[in-house]
Amino acid sequence: MSASSPVLSLTALRKSVPGGRVLFEGLDLQVAPGEIVAVMGESGVGKSTLLNLIAGLDQADGGQVAIDGTALQSLDDDGRTRLRRDRIGFVFQAFHLLPHLTLAQNVALPLVLQSVEAGEATRRATALLDAIGLTRRANDRPAQLSGGELQRVALARALVHRPALVLADEPTGNLDPETAARILDLFVAQVRGFGAAAILVTHSERAAAVADRSLTLTREGLVAHHDG
Amino acid sequence: MTAERRPLSRTALAWMMVGEWRAHPGRVATAALAIAIGVALGFAVHLINGSAQNELAQAVRTVNADADLQVHSSTPLGFDEGLYPSLARAPGIAAASPVVELRARFGVGPSQSLEGGGLTLLGIDPLRAAAVTPTLLGRGAVRAAEGAGGFVPESVFDPRAIALSPAALAASGRKVGETVTLTAAGRTVTFGVAGVLSQASSEQQIAVIDIATAQWLFGSLGRLQRIDLKFAPGADPQAVQAALRARLPADAQIVTAQSEARRGDNLTKAYRVNLEMLALMALLTGGFLVYSAQSLSVARRRPQFALLRVLGLERRGLLAQVFVEGALVGGVGAVLGLALGLGVAVGTLKFLGGDLGGGYFRGTTPDLVITPLPALIFFVLGLAAALIGSLLPAMEAARAQPGIALKDIGDRNDPDARPAAWWGVGLLAAGTLAAFLPAIGGLPLFGYLSIGLMLAGGVAAMPWLARVLLSPLRGPARRVLVLDLAIQRLWGAPAQAAVALCGIVASTSLMVAMAVMVASLRGSVDDWLNDILPSDLLFRVESGGFDPALRAKLAAAPGVDAVLFQKTLPVRLSPDMPPLILLVRPVDRDQPADKLPMIGAVAQAPAGVTPVWLSEPAARLYGRKVGERMILPLGGGSSQVFIGGIWRDYARQAGAIAMDGADYTRLTGDDLRTEASLDLAPGVTPAQATRTLRALLPAPLAAQVQFFETRQMRALALRLFDSSFALTYALEAIAIVVGLAGVAATFSAQTLARTKEFGMLRHVGVLRRQVMAMLAAEGALLGAVGVIAGLGLGLAMSQVLIHVVNPQSFHWTMETRLPLGLFASLAVALVAAGAGTAVLAGRRALSGDAVRAVREDW
Repeated sequence: MSASSPVLSLTALRKSVPGGRVLFEGLDLQVAPGEIVAVMGESGVGKSTLLNLIAGLDQADGGQVAIDGTALQSLDDDGRTRLRRDRIGFVFQAFHLLPHLTLAQNVALPLVLQSVEAGEATRRATALLDAIGLTRRANDRPAQLSGGELQRVALARALVHRPALVLADEPTGNLDPETAARILDLFVAQVRGFGAAAILVTHSERAAAVADRSLTLTREGLVAHHDG
Repeated sequence: MTAERRPLSRTALAWMMVGEWRAHPGRVATAALAIAIGVALGFAVHLINGSAQNELAQAVRTVNADADLQVHSSTPLGFDEGLYPSLARAPGIAAASPVVELRARFGVGPSQSLEGGGLTLLGIDPLRAAAVTPTLLGRGAVRAAEGAGGFVPESVFDPRAIALSPAALAASGRKVGETVTLTAAGRTVTFGVAGVLSQASSEQQIAVIDIATAQWLFGSLGRLQRIDLKFAPGADPQAVQAALRARLPADAQIVTAQSEARRGDNLTKAYRVNLEMLALMALLTGGFLVYSAQSLSVARRRPQFALLRVLGLERRGLLAQVFVEGALVGGVGAVLGLALGLGVAVGTLKFLGGDLGGGYFRGTTPDLVITPLPALIFFVLGLAAALIGSLLPAMEAARAQPGIALKDIGDRNDPDARPAAWWGVGLLAAGTLAAFLPAIGGLPLFGYLSIGLMLAGGVAAMPWLARVLLSPLRGPARRVLVLDLAIQRLWGAPAQAAVALCGIVASTSLMVAMAVMVASLRGSVDDWLNDILPSDLLFRVESGGFDPALRAKLAAAPGVDAVLFQKTLPVRLSPDMPPLILLVRPVDRDQPADKLPMIGAVAQAPAGVTPVWLSEPAARLYGRKVGERMILPLGGGSSQVFIGGIWRDYARQAGAIAMDGADYTRLTGDDLRTEASLDLAPGVTPAQATRTLRALLPAPLAAQVQFFETRQMRALALRLFDSSFALTYALEAIAIVVGLAGVAATFSAQTLARTKEFGMLRHVGVLRRQVMAMLAAEGALLGAVGVIAGLGLGLAMSQVLIHVVNPQSFHWTMETRLPLGLFASLAVALVAAGAGTAVLAGRRALSGDAVRAVREDW
């Protein structure tokens, strides 16, 4: 695979919902390594569904999804799961941290799922927590953190295993504007710092502005986004 | 490129499990405890049974000593001693030892207990016994070092010397060298204790005296109860037995170690298997509680599991997670259960004896026998119950679509989804069919399978049943908001209701089934006692008896309205079956129902053929029907008798045969009777009648006759009944406590999982107390559904117990009686427990901030 090969390639993707309504069809997208792409669109247009298709969590009706040149359709469920584990990081609007694990354990989870030794995984997770400003919080639990802090931890978890692609679904949707701005800055810095590509699904123009490219999801596919 | 396949991360598994257990230790502990109780009960019952069986086998070995073969008399009357020289000369026999075997008691006068008790008195010829059964020769205290093998102490030739087993010596309260008084066959004799039977089992009470003394002093001249035989070297046992059989009279049977073992096993097999099955049912309830706990845990953690799947945990990883959790709960529970079972077994053996109150090995306290295999089996059973309980939740967790489940932050029940009934109906139908299958090896295995299938079917049908039961309540909205909310919630989430009800329906239905069976049996026994003990006063003598002249005198005594004399004696029909009881009493061959509680049709015996009436267990055990003929070994010959009918009997599980007294005397020449029941004249009290009758009895007999008021007998019989079901009651109580603990844990889990819902309700203006009232209503409704389901299922299962398990195990039938008072208490307790636990859990769930509850994602 050459250096310029896209991390993510979507070709003629089609998806409908039960009942037959077509969310989108003929959707094409290429994301280069290190590129951050924002995807916007109205509620119910299928932005989260698109992320699920990219992550192999849902099946398209037609077309192809390829990560690092591997077509997801060629993989079984376990294969898609392993690809997700090794190549993709996730950031969610609702943070989705496990309440009974410490912050370090939450961040280290992708590593231990890759069978990295627990001590090493926790050490790397703690280092990353330090890097995002949560020094000495490694042994705290999620219930002790604010929303902004929770999303920082989620971001650390998305990057700790050095994924090729980060999928972020409304990462600032639950945060106040000031905290959201800080998280976005951190997100961009960290994703670029790790050399990962990212798909950022958002309603926020401000969030979309941090991306290299901003696209709008419509029934006909992704189109370049224009303000207003 | 494709991602590398790696083994499951143990770290991830451990983190998830430890986190879950740390967050909800009570729930995990309840599930483990449920398994522990099931394993403990099963293991304890098994240990106790094993120890009791071992004791029984030891006792048989002690009494029978180490003879290769024995010939026993069919009844205590014995056989003619002329058989002894005939057998001693038989081909293949190296040595023979004649034995008189009598039931005896220490001291003078009647036994203090109704059950009698006492010891086995053996009369042996020391020189013969030295060659065949040397362990029956006592070891004198003076010459203790010389052991028993081959050595014949001088004292055994002393006609007033007696050797006692250690247990008998302890019971007598005497020492070697002192004297002891014994009563047997109506006579009382004092002996000098000359030695100890050191090889007797620890609990067996045996006394050995000289055979001539036994025959002379206890009125057994010319009669033997047993001949012990030793094979010649190289003799073929089968050929020897065939040769001996040709020489045996009808009232003697060949008994081998194997047939004795089978007899002991047959005696208690059904009782033991029933207890073990009950214990396994408790384990099954434990399995349901694990299922309940795991289902809730999986439902609550659905988004967490979804996250793990999104982050890269494979399906099998998730499956392993839930399965390993179940295995650890089961493993910990099983280990705990084994320890608990050991403790229960030790305590039970000490306080209840080896028969758990069942009355089979009365008076013995066996030593505990522990073998590793049963422990391993019960460990595996406990583990299996937990694993099976975890199977469905694990599969559900692995099946969930992570993308959808991750978004599922609330209650995702679809009220329009119709719960399916076919699984439950199918299992219930299979259970019903299994009830019609016959016993296997005398055990009602299909009966228990039927109960197990019904239980599973009832639980599987719960979502459907909950919907059906709640539908009528759903009509137009009432003014009571909280009740409407509660009904809508339960109606819309019947699967969740079913999970909550799973453990309670299992334990309640088992309890109802057992309670109905016990109430039916107790009621039938009570009726039967009224039939069998209609008189005012009973008296009996253990040995000897009342001759015709004395009977006439007693019948004519003032204050006596009517009297019925009878005699009971054991008769062996088969060497590998326990002896049945021959009940000799006046029975009118045309109207047997006047004196016996008959069941079904009766048949008239042809002229010249002696009629007998079989008890229900005897008819079932020996496969006999009314109108058939059978051979009865009595009085040195075998008599062909006619079965004139079947009568109900709950006292003699090994079976009984009733025979008219005149026929018995004609066949045996024995005209003594040992028991009498009296109707007293109006105004005469039992105490007055006792004094009058005792004065009429000859002096030696008067000292030994026991008098009982029938009222006391009935009370005693019912007390014995209750004590024999003590363990059953205990198991029931434990099952219901475990079930309630399960309900509490389940309500707590479900309520806490709905914190967000409560937060929302508080936001829209529902008062805290209204939420509490809603939860109380939900809990009470759930309890009510549990009561209805548990009662229905329990009643169905009780019919299997009454009409399949009991007849196949114990060979008796009964009429169904419903303990309505118990049902009412149970219903109130369950509804109250449902409401109470829901409110308690609700208080915890509502203790947080409503705003935070709504914003919280987890």
